[in-house]
Amino acid sequence: METQLKRSPGTGDPQTRQRISAGAVLLSLLVLLGNIAVNGAIFVFFRDSTLNPLITAVLAVLWGVLGIYLIYYTLNWAAERYPERLRRRILPFIFVGPAVLLLGWLLVLPALRTLYLSFFNASSEKFVGLANYAAIFSDRLMGTALRNNLLWVFVGTLACVALGLLIAILADRSSFEKLAKSIIFMPMAISFVAAGVIWKFVYYYQPGTEQIGLLNAIVTAFGGEPQAWTSMLQPWNNFFLILILIWMQTGFAMVIFSAAIKGVPEDILEAARVDGAGEIKTFFRIMIPYISTTILTVTTTIIVFTLKIFDVVMVMTGGQYDTEVVATQFYRQFFMYRNFGYGSTLAIVLLIAVTPVILINLRQFRKQGGF
Amino acid sequence: MVKRKRKRGKLVVNLVLGIICFIWLVPTLGLFISSFRPAADILQSGWWKVFPHQEYTAGETLQLSKEVDLRGPIEVNGRTYTDEQLKAGVEADGKQLIWENRRARTVNVQEQGWKTVPDLTIDNYKNVLSGKEYKLKEADGSETVQKGTGLSQAFWNTLTIAVPATVIPVLIASFAAYAFAWLRFPGRKMLFVMIIAMLVIPLQVALIPVLKDYTALGLNGSYLGIWLAHTAFGLPLVTYFMYNFISQLPKDLFESAFIDGASHFTIFSRLILPLSVPALASIGIFQFLWVWNDYLVSLIFIGNQPSVQVMSMKIADLAGSRGNDWHLLTSAAFISMLMPLAIFFLLQKYFVRGLMGGSVKG
Repeated sequence: METQLKRSPGTGDPQTRQRISAGAVLLSLLVLLGNIAVNGAIFVFFRDSTLNPLITAVLAVLWGVLGIYLIYYTLNWAAERYPERLRRRILPFIFVGPAVLLLGWLLVLPALRTLYLSFFNASSEKFVGLANYAAIFSDRLMGTALRNNLLWVFVGTLACVALGLLIAILADRSSFEKLAKSIIFMPMAISFVAAGVIWKFVYYYQPGTEQIGLLNAIVTAFGGEPQAWTSMLQPWNNFFLILILIWMQTGFAMVIFSAAIKGVPEDILEAARVDGAGEIKTFFRIMIPYISTTILTVTTTIIVFTLKIFDVVMVMTGGQYDTEVVATQFYRQFFMYRNFGYGSTLAIVLLIAVTPVILINLRQFRKQGGF
Repeated sequence: MVKRKRKRGKLVVNLVLGIICFIWLVPTLGLFISSFRPAADILQSGWWKVFPHQEYTAGETLQLSKEVDLRGPIEVNGRTYTDEQLKAGVEADGKQLIWENRRARTVNVQEQGWKTVPDLTIDNYKNVLSGKEYKLKEADGSETVQKGTGLSQAFWNTLTIAVPATVIPVLIASFAAYAFAWLRFPGRKMLFVMIIAMLVIPLQVALIPVLKDYTALGLNGSYLGIWLAHTAFGLPLVTYFMYNFISQLPKDLFESAFIDGASHFTIFSRLILPLSVPALASIGIFQFLWVWNDYLVSLIFIGNQPSVQVMSMKIADLAGSRGNDWHLLTSAAFISMLMPLAIFFLLQKYFVRGLMGGSVKG
């Protein structure tokens, strides 16, 4: 491919483009500046516009969608003014440029700056070394947040994986597989905020005999006492929040396991059955080892997801009643207490927690022969 | 013998799975039904009372003699009961006796019967979509009616944010993926490894510095700002996903195009993009739903500017400040779910594929 590309003839007459003309350089600079100026002007227009919101919305969508294509188009147009060899050098950077610039500005540099901020005090003025890190692991509130996060990761992930596997196997043998999978998977589509409202309603508690929350109605129907599930029952209230995660994420685990199970060769299973192995034995001795990589992938995915859990806690309790997790504590430290040092440190703690997964991903990629 | 055992096994499997599915559906069903019930009804009875159920309803009234001592046994229709029993209601011949007015010594004989609370209305949706009307008294005594911002504004805001925040990263990532897959340039390997490393980075790590930059540039609370944020946070995943697809395309495709004298840009927009439609649809749907459902990024970069607020923020606000206005909360939550559910049921194939590929997103 490489050699093919290099030998391929360019468009137009190569003679006229052997040299970099001053005109081409000027033109490409103009295109670059023009793009910045035009898009900047449009941005200012939208910022100050007092148009009807609906019209603004339509125009903004048009700008966003067309604008980005036009940037590529004009830059490419400018690059084509250059001679063949130089153009081939420039072109890849036009293609990856926007992606790399955006990632650098909004993800890589901020991560480094956050790391830097985590060594400074609340107002980012005084260098404090590792004091923030020490504080996080000794502060009681932070301790609760860390404990709860561990609870989320362990209980949530374990339950999602186990339930997902169970449902995938049940669905595989049932007579309404598609429907069942749709139902279990559906919560994945909705937002955590909406799911929070759904479950808030299930857990709702009001004093008196008439309970409109489903859980309390069931409890009272069996003669129990109604409870304020998400607030008063510390530390068990965390489990009721984790239940929401399980409700949402089990579908994900199930869909992937379901695909993996279908990949287990039927003759191996049949051979085990002929040898007299029961269903349970075949499951643990053959099925599980066969899909172990899938289990690992699903587990790490859910762990990464659960580590950053934020929306559910924010909507359900706002982090009160000892349900704080690292991400909500991060938000609180940063936006309410204006403690940039703590906030940054918490973000870095999350980053450290996912580094093993980053390494696994990279190794996996190399194994696949990525490059 | 074996066959029969299998059959019974299948029955058990179906039953267990059916129960699990039922449990999974019930919470959403409750929200859905409640969103159509009048405000007062929601607070008075559970949503399941909409379905026919057995309940005691008021029947004839019995007048006891005024001298009945409440502390001793009370005789009603030839049987004796205690005061406590009558307070809670006591069963007799399939009917229930309960105090109607304890001081006046009247007892109600309630009969059991099928009952429904069938009142359903779409008022909640109207209220939530258009916003509440407030009557304000001006200093000069005249009254003006002001409308609070309803959810319809937030709906349009969410759409205005979600569409470009889907198209922009998908386009940028496809360009980049094409270059990573088919062009050779210095730094290619390193850049791509960095993108893979960024797949699972928690976005909390970037929020504070980005917010500082945004404040300095005046991007806070603007459409452009939130588009760029969503674009950057989605880029690693979308690039990775598109790379996997584009790098698998057959070589011959490109070769014949090159012989025809097409430039990379032409090949990309005339050949690669049309060929990648299934992949673009899958990852696009994933990104769209991600943005649509997002709460944290909007919360931080939009803040409390009502004119750009998205639905998830509105609903979270409602849940916090009006935790007991269930008629508003349920209908608002359901409106926000409409788009994801429609996508889920109509484009399930793409959705699942995008989600499986996109599962590692940070």
